[in-house]
Amino acid sequence: MEAQDIRTRLIALLTTIAPDIDPATLDPVQDVRDQVDFDSMDRLHFAMAISEEFDIDIPEHDYPRLGALQKACEYVQAKLSAGGSSSATGA
Amino acid sequence: MQIDFRLPSLGADMEHATLAQWLKNPGDPVHRGEAIAVVETDKGLIDIESYEDAMVTELVVAPGARIAVGTVMARLSAERAAGAPAREAAAAAAPPQPLPSAAGPLAPAPKPPAPLAAPAGAAPRRARLSPAARRRAHELGISPEALEQRIAGKILHVEDVERLAAEAKARPSGVAVAPDARSAMRAVIGSAMARAKREIPHYYLGHAFDFGAVRDWLVRHNATLPVSERLIEGLLVVKAVALAAARIEGFNGYFRDGHFARSTAIHVGTAIAMRGGGLVAPALLDADRKDLKTLMLEFSDLVTRVRTGHMRLSEFMTATITVTSLGEDGVETIYPIINPPQVAIVGTGCVRERPWVHAGSMAARPVLNLTLAADHRVTDGRTGSRFLKTIAELLAAPEKL
Repeated sequence: MEAQDIRTRLIALLTTIAPDIDPATLDPVQDVRDQVDFDSMDRLHFAMAISEEFDIDIPEHDYPRLGALQKACEYVQAKLSAGGSSSATGA
Repeated sequence: MQIDFRLPSLGADMEHATLAQWLKNPGDPVHRGEAIAVVETDKGLIDIESYEDAMVTELVVAPGARIAVGTVMARLSAERAAGAPAREAAAAAAPPQPLPSAAGPLAPAPKPPAPLAAPAGAAPRRARLSPAARRRAHELGISPEALEQRIAGKILHVEDVERLAAEAKARPSGVAVAPDARSAMRAVIGSAMARAKREIPHYYLGHAFDFGAVRDWLVRHNATLPVSERLIEGLLVVKAVALAAARIEGFNGYFRDGHFARSTAIHVGTAIAMRGGGLVAPALLDADRKDLKTLMLEFSDLVTRVRTGHMRLSEFMTATITVTSLGEDGVETIYPIINPPQVAIVGTGCVRERPWVHAGSMAARPVLNLTLAADHRVTDGRTGSRFLKTIAELLAAPEKL
């Protein structure tokens, strides 16, 4: 899957959880919670949404790696290329 | 038997609401606990549920009308409730419609409101928005009044709202009125908290304890589960508070008319920050009697609806005790204020690694600061201390929660 495609889908998930996010002003390398109103439950919901959207398992200790858009994008890409569907053991 | 369906109390210092949408039409059966209407309040859209099994016979108030608490909104008939609901009484007023799915108020089928012939309530002089448009406007943070000023006398639909919102975004001084809602929310919180500080003789207790048992158990428990079923620390605290409140009397219930009435049901309000500012504390109903998995699903659903602006009155009004947390980004101690007419609120700070004596020697341990604000008219510090310690003991054995 193309990085750009992953990114587009991640932004869609993000704006579903936090409708007030303006993707145009979001800095992809900075943690989302430092930029907009995005609390710990939002982060949890983001992890849940990513897991469902891409059918990948995300161990709890990987949640911090989803903080910034760029990092989340790389994480998902790595998971997908490792064949990390939810049935696999993942990381 | 005729039942007047009135706008119920919306909590401290909220005396009016605007009817946003009817979810039922004349002739529809309605079950106890099922949503009949959606009203717009300073705290966002709230579903109002029926207290009875009945049938809707008449919708008195029209969508758009601003009504006071206690206003008769609709009339219900109790006789029709038992057995197969007869529809003939209202058949002329509204053609039979398929029942909304049992999925509950989360997924109300968007159906056109029944035409209301000469509503007895205040005529809807405010913005004439279709219910869906009103909801969309709310989502976009636009006040109906602002739309009405711009488009007088025309009925607005979803597309219109979105178009106007887009125009407003392009032109900064346009429609966007989110700060209004924010200041209304601040006023509601301010007056409820002023009342609490004025009327309730609070006492405060704090207890720091090793949170390692919860941490370790959660890591093991969650490792076996898909992301969507994993539990969070705060939820275990909610359950422990509910169980402690069932064991120790004086913290669960309401102080009203000069005396404390304990509640046998334990509905734990969970303070949730609203998007863009403000705070509500909707309840996890019967938290002492539900397993963690069920509670987690309900909590997750609750947070999602609060953060996107759609609550149900029953969970919004029924909390008998509250838990407040600053989340994992917060500071280590919170000194909460009781939400009247409740008599206790438990606060949890952020769990931090601390030097701690563990099994006879010094170790770095995760430590939670638990605080309690309770009503001195009902309990004393001694009972409060037992209450907090019970919560900590319950959390020391998370597998039993």
